[in-house]
Amino acid sequence: MPEVLKAPLVVEFPFTRSLGPVQSAFLTGLRERTVLGVKTTDGLVMVPPVEYDPVTADELRDLVEVEPTGTVTTWAWNPEPRRGQPLDTPFAWVLVKLDGADTGLLHALDAAGPDAVTTGMRVRVRWAAERTGAITDIACFEPYEGAAAHTEPTAHDGQFDDAVSGIVAAARLDYVYSPGRAQTAYINALADRRTVGERCPSCRKVYVPPRGACPTCGVATTDRVEVGPAGTVTTFCIVNVKAKNLDIELPYVYAHIALDGADLALHGRIAGIPYDQVRMGLRVEPVWTEGGRYPDHYRPTGEPDADYDTYKELV
Amino acid sequence: MREVAIVAFAQSDHLRTTDELSEVDMVMPVLHQVLAQTGLKTSDIGFTCSGSSDYLAGRAFSFTMTLDGVGAWPPISESHVEMDGAWAMYEAWVKLLTGEVDTALVYSYGKSSPGSVRDVLTRQLDPYYVAPLWPDSVALAALQAQALIDAGETDEPALAGIAARSRESASANSHAQVKGSVPQGDYEVQPLRKGDCPPVGDGAVAVILAAGDKARELCERPAWIRGMDHRIEAHSLGVRDLTDSPSTRLAAERAGAFERPVDTAELHAPFTSQEVVLRKALQLADDVTVNPSGGALAANPIMAAGLLRIGEAAARIHRGESDRALAHATSGPCLQQNLVAVLEGDAR
Repeated sequence: MPEVLKAPLVVEFPFTRSLGPVQSAFLTGLRERTVLGVKTTDGLVMVPPVEYDPVTADELRDLVEVEPTGTVTTWAWNPEPRRGQPLDTPFAWVLVKLDGADTGLLHALDAAGPDAVTTGMRVRVRWAAERTGAITDIACFEPYEGAAAHTEPTAHDGQFDDAVSGIVAAARLDYVYSPGRAQTAYINALADRRTVGERCPSCRKVYVPPRGACPTCGVATTDRVEVGPAGTVTTFCIVNVKAKNLDIELPYVYAHIALDGADLALHGRIAGIPYDQVRMGLRVEPVWTEGGRYPDHYRPTGEPDADYDTYKELV
Repeated sequence: MREVAIVAFAQSDHLRTTDELSEVDMVMPVLHQVLAQTGLKTSDIGFTCSGSSDYLAGRAFSFTMTLDGVGAWPPISESHVEMDGAWAMYEAWVKLLTGEVDTALVYSYGKSSPGSVRDVLTRQLDPYYVAPLWPDSVALAALQAQALIDAGETDEPALAGIAARSRESASANSHAQVKGSVPQGDYEVQPLRKGDCPPVGDGAVAVILAAGDKARELCERPAWIRGMDHRIEAHSLGVRDLTDSPSTRLAAERAGAFERPVDTAELHAPFTSQEVVLRKALQLADDVTVNPSGGALAANPIMAAGLLRIGEAAARIHRGESDRALAHATSGPCLQQNLVAVLEGDAR
């Protein structure tokens, strides 16, 4: 079997999320070095606070301020920090019950080593130097010698100047993408300016591009077939919207093209003809640019139009 | 209530990487096997439901690609859950209970090899307070393990024992990824060592469900679904008692698990420490055979490992090795969501 293609694929997106009144107060509070919790229907103080009671589903709005000191309720030593985690040196993940709170906050603890961490140890917030209104405004926790403060949490109106109303949560995942056997063969053939499909051993249909399976019969398509190069426009649309970074003059035509010998139409741009003269049945051929690994566009061959009956199954 | 059974089960070999296979290439042989067991064709199936995750594939609507493998044209009655296939099976079970269809094909798959599954799973966490810290799946399981150790419910040697028993059981499972004697290794995230963690791998699973007489016609000894239920814990980890799993207990109760003892339990516990929690929540007696397949510690294709547990439990009933089995599936960090199914064979 020839080697299957592989390439790095990075999926990255800055999710912009709006905050409700409770989350806004909590995250703005962190920016101001103030830790807020919310009282549940049963009178427990949840830190971090949520907008609805996890037991009764009642709406929660009763904010209180708790201490920036607390007690570790469970921990796990992380010897090899991963990208995006709060510290880049070995640290402990901890759930911390802040003084005045009844629930645990997940964060990192900067400690010398696993021997320096125990359940029940006292810790305090280490604030980030630059704070924006995000959970990362807590840089991490650090060991703290002080005893637990048994003061009641104090009511807080949750009001701050210039409250944050949203966060941008950047997400990035790294993959090594492989298109699998069938699409590898298709892509490799394209680089040689050939188009190959695969035939279903059951219904005999030829799929282009091939995905390795016949969607009608549910069996593997392994019989490779060269199709084209010319084909027929089965349907098309006229694009009037410019996509970002797209260097094509508007309007242009995007079409479904049934290559000769294929039983499935593929997509392609039509050029070399005024946009308002493109029509169903137009015969076209691929145009390759220097060094291109796939057809840049399709242009008319000059042949007479295909008869509707020859492609009506593919519309 | 209408009687519904699992009448066929098939799975792929579970492998660390399957570069040469696209998702549909991986799934198709499993679909063909499960259909061949019953003699059904895809066109005979009343309802098809699948489970998978776009975050593993790094691509939107990735499940549509594997739909080719069931012959989705002409149009079929089909659904998909962005979850483990156990939840797809729940949907199919409900569909059969309505009487709308008599058979269902359920499949799921996970191809973790293209990405880093520890990082990928962080994206299912609370996006405001937790996900920005990127706590990975092993780290969160380790917090739970430490809570159990602090509570005196287990210790590191006991966890190592669970790992060893699971991989030893997997020796008899030709599909398993990790089997036999495997060293516990170094800490991944203390207190969990490499041996306490599931392998990362690719794999697929499929089952066929049928109702009433149709089930008897298709299978010599159907695995009747006596009950099935799924429940979820509070969203925030810091709100939960990590040493317990009330959602598993409630799901089991609603599924009828406590009405009579079971002889087999297939538990979806990707981490050794989670088996401790589940045994307690499910009140399993010492004589119950737990994870004879090796469980998720032997093969853990994400999105398929839960349905695999149900399939393995059903297969033991098909083979006459069990009369009443419990199957459990989980999803999310630290046993966030839990599904329990109770399966029985006809009396012999």
